[in-house]
Amino acid sequence: MELTFYLAAAVAIIATILVVTQYNLIHALLYLVVSFMAIAVVFFTLGAPFMAALEIIIYAGAIVVLIIFVIMMLNLTHEDVQHEKEWLKPSVWIGPAVLSLILLAELAYIFMASETSAVATQPVEAKAVGMALFGPYILGVELSGMLLMAGIVGAYHLGRQKKKIVHRFLERTEA
Amino acid sequence: MNTIPMEQGLLLAGILFIIGLISVLIRRNIIFMLISVEIMLNAAGLAFIVAGARWIQPEGQVMFIFIITMAAAEVSVGLALILQLYHNLKTLDSDAANVMNG
Repeated sequence: MELTFYLAAAVAIIATILVVTQYNLIHALLYLVVSFMAIAVVFFTLGAPFMAALEIIIYAGAIVVLIIFVIMMLNLTHEDVQHEKEWLKPSVWIGPAVLSLILLAELAYIFMASETSAVATQPVEAKAVGMALFGPYILGVELSGMLLMAGIVGAYHLGRQKKKIVHRFLERTEA
Repeated sequence: MNTIPMEQGLLLAGILFIIGLISVLIRRNIIFMLISVEIMLNAAGLAFIVAGARWIQPEGQVMFIFIITMAAAEVSVGLALILQLYHNLKTLDSDAANVMNG
């Protein structure tokens, strides 16, 4: 079980680094699917099989496919990949990367300094999650419903292409 | 037998979060920034799952469900905004959107 965890963790880290370093959006999204699946395996080894299924269905299924559809609507060409290459120079990324890695090293040091405590053996059943979700956390479920509704309305409102009607005398000539 | 130390799970979440943070700092393509935010949200959910598995409580998974819900709503609104940006400015450069022209 530990071997599965460490292998999946390594796959997740490598795939995520590849997502970050890609120039082509579609390639990055395919690596993102691999990363999400590896994290789903990590969830499974940590005793959360229902969350592993949700991770694959919602993240790797719904969200990534949504982003791919939007990329298809944008009609990106090879020039955009070239733009991406120009934007991602070492002088751009080296500063934030070094500073963030210092923070990560501090975090790792804190984790390694404390005494280790093993993750429990038995999994948390989906039934217990459902009982907690619709028991003490029912308010959160209702708020999530409102959030999703606001998301739907907001996405519809923002995504609508408004037809601009300008009187021909008021039209500005393009400079 | 399952003997994964909790610190290593949290360390994995931290590494994934930092990768997403670096990406959101260095990228100028706005879709890449959205993807990086997804990576960071996913890492935060992983930390909740690890903590829930450590104390055998369902609360960690409950929080993960809330995070997934928020990520789905966020990505739908974000993609609608990206479509509008591309429609108006004909570019995905986030620096191009520094002027609010009504």
